[in-house]
Parts: sequence; structure tokens; C-alpha cells
Amino acid sequence: MSDHKIDTHKIDTHKIDTHKIDKRDWDAHPPYVYPDYKSTTFRGPTKPLVPIAHTLSELTIPAFGHEQIQEFDNDLTINGRVDGEPQGERIQVSGRVLDEYGRPQIGTLVEIWQANAAGRYIHKTDQHDAPIDPNFFGGGRCVTDENGRYTFLSIKPGAYPWGNHHNAWRPNHIHFSLFGMSFASRLVTQMYFPGDPLLALDPIFNATADKIARESLVSKFSQKYSIPNIALGYEFDIVLRGPAATPMEA
Amino acid sequence: MMSNKLKQTPSQTVGPFFSYALTPEQSGYNLKSIASPDMRADDTPGEHINLSGKIYDGNGEIVSDAMIEIWQTDADGNYLDRDTPPMDGTFTGFGRCDCEIKKEFYFNTVKPGPIEEGHAPHINMIVFMRGMLTHAYTRIYFSDESDANEKDAVFKSVPTERRHTIIANRVEEDNIVTYQFDLHMQGDNETVFFDV
Ligand SMILES: [Fe+3]
Repeated sequence: MSDHKIDTHKIDTHKIDTHKIDKRDWDAHPPYVYPDYKSTTFRGPTKPLVPIAHTLSELTIPAFGHEQIQEFDNDLTINGRVDGEPQGERIQVSGRVLDEYGRPQIGTLVEIWQANAAGRYIHKTDQHDAPIDPNFFGGGRCVTDENGRYTFLSIKPGAYPWGNHHNAWRPNHIHFSLFGMSFASRLVTQMYFPGDPLLALDPIFNATADKIARESLVSKFSQKYSIPNIALGYEFDIVLRGPAATPMEA
Repeated sequence: MMSNKLKQTPSQTVGPFFSYALTPEQSGYNLKSIASPDMRADDTPGEHINLSGKIYDGNGEIVSDAMIEIWQTDADGNYLDRDTPPMDGTFTGFGRCDCEIKKEFYFNTVKPGPIEEGHAPHINMIVFMRGMLTHAYTRIYFSDESDANEKDAVFKSVPTERRHTIIANRVEEDNIVTYQFDLHMQGDNETVFFDV
């Protein structure tokens, strides 16, 4: 995210209205119907969305506390162990959850799920003919700290085929689910890995037209979050909708 | 102003294989759930209701690889949000349901109260599924609240001919109150989704 850092001095924090939330930026999000991703053509809503003036219904969200998080919930190299270590390349994934003004989103729940190193999910209906790893579950969660940071230890997920088109393979990815500060800031997304040749061919990734937004889904390799002799580091910041700022005079 | 804002991280589909992480207990996986379809305890104040419905795609087929989240007030019309968490922890107002096993969503909850005078009681819903790149928001209003619905600004902002798609039908049977609310992703009866 360093390539589009914001200048926080230019934001007048007195004009930020915590009773409003920024609009969903439809340039940054994929459309409901994107024909290259076939299922969207019969599952995505087609009628125009009805505009809504936000009430408490959209501006509130429950607290998900630390008491719901168990000791190894953010360590996927441990939380699925039965009789040994999971197979594959260990990774550490860390990043900050921010709003559009760069302010950390503190104490918000981050849930992740992913395939194992061979590209197979533990999910019962995953039919992909790749081995299940008996020591890898592939799900985890944590709560962001006072800097808005989350950190997971995991195994690099493998690519897997899907039925969208001939010879279709999903790029390596980790699914993320986030709450933020309101029902309106809810986000489910996916993190990708730098240099993956499958990205250019993936309709899910490419459904976001805006290049800056789309490329923000690709994590960055990070020496800082690599752990010597243990895991390679990747950094992935996430930007949620946050309290709105009134535009300043030019 | 726009130039110094960060770009929102794009939404991506929840995909088909989320339930072991997001609804693990409900779906039979060995992880504690942070939210479930069972939102109330036996002694939670208010009218105890069930809410259930099926999701239909544009071909009229039932969608089962979907997840529904709901967020609502308690019976007194209060959101038990980050600033005012529930005192006893029994009712948070947040529920999450995977549709895979029953081919529908179902919640055990209480009927919400209105947030203030002039607002009709309603439940806020988010729809996630494989085949949707971005989640969709809707609201559930109640068939037995037509007077309140007619005064509700959000309800009134919906075109008259589409309002029936956001009303749940009350059914009483053996002293159990169930609100029935089907979702239609496309077609003549496409559910109203809001630009939240
Ligand atoms: Fe996936």
C-alpha cells in the first residue's frame, strides 16, 4: 500500500463526521454481474440498488471480543495439527486494517480461510483430486491490535482448478472476512501473492476495473515479516469504509 | 480531497468453501463459532421468533452455497453494538447462517423493536454466496407491521411494486411464530437490495 500513501496532514479531522460513513466506492468493487465469472450472470442482482440514508441500522456493529478467540486461532501451522506438522511453505501474513483516511481500525475481527499447500480445502464438498493434509485445517482469526494490525502464521495455499471455463485455475489466495466499525463497512475479500501468473487469467481478480484497487489485493513480499529459518513474510493492508470527512475547500 | 484518500479494498466472492471457518459449529467442523443462527436464550426478553427462507437464483434454482448474516435491535429497539454490548451476553443481535445443509437460512431470534419513533421494526441482512463478487444488503420488514412500515422512510423509498419483496410473512403454528422471507436474486420478484 506504500505506493499510494496518503498525506494525513491534508485531512481536517475536525470535519470527520463519525455519524456518517463513506459511500461504497463502486469504482473499487466488482460489479454484481461480470460475465467472465459465469455464475454472476444468474446470481448477481440486476435491478438498480435502492439508495438508503444511513440510520443506526447501518452505522452500528456488534463487538466480537478477544474472549471468542482461542490461543492458536491465528496460527494455522498449529491449529489443525493431529499427528505432525502441515506440509508446505510456511508464511507469515501481516497487515493493517485502515479506513480510507489511513486511520487504524482497532479491535476488529479478521477471519481467514484457505486451501492447503496442494490446493485442497478441508471443506467436505471440495472434490478437487489433490491430497488433504491431515494436519492442516485452513481456518483462523484474530482481532486487530492498537495499530489496526493483524498477523497470521500459515502455509502458502496452492492453486486449484474450478469449473468456470476450460482449464481454469484460481491463483493462490487467502480468503478474508472483516467487520470494521459498522454494518456498512463489512467486507469479504481475497489476498493474492505477488508475481502469480494466474492473476492475469482470473476473472474474479480482474472483475475490479480500477487498477489501483485491483492491485491492492496482491500482497507484498516482506523481509520485515519473514521469520528467519521459519516463514516467508507477506504484507497485506486492507482499507474499509470508515467515518466520512466533509470535503475541504480547495 | 479525493486524491489523498486510500482506495477501498475490493470485495471478492466468499466462494463455495467458507463454512468450516465462518460457520464451523453449525456445519460440523471442529472450531468454535463466533456467531450462529441461534441468537437468543430461553430467557431473552421479547417475542421469540424464527426467521427462515430460501434463496432463488435467476434460473429459479435454490442457492445453497450461500451465507446470510443478520443484525437487529433487541425487543426494546436497542442495537447492542460496540459501545453498548449486551449486559448478560445472551443476545447480541447478530446472527450468521450457512445455507448448505438445510438449503435455506434459519434464525432463532426475537422480534426487534423500532430504533425510534417513525422507524418500523426491521432486520438488516447481508447476502454472501459463490457467484457474487460483492455482498448485497437488504432489510426485512414484518407483514404484521403495515402501519409502521408505511411511515418508515427507508421502506417508503422503495418503489411500491417492489415493496412486497422485503416483507416477511408471519406464520403462527403450535405457538411458534415464524417469519418466512425468501430471496430472489433476479427476475420479476427480484429482492430489493440497498446501496448501503
Ligand atoms: Fe478459494
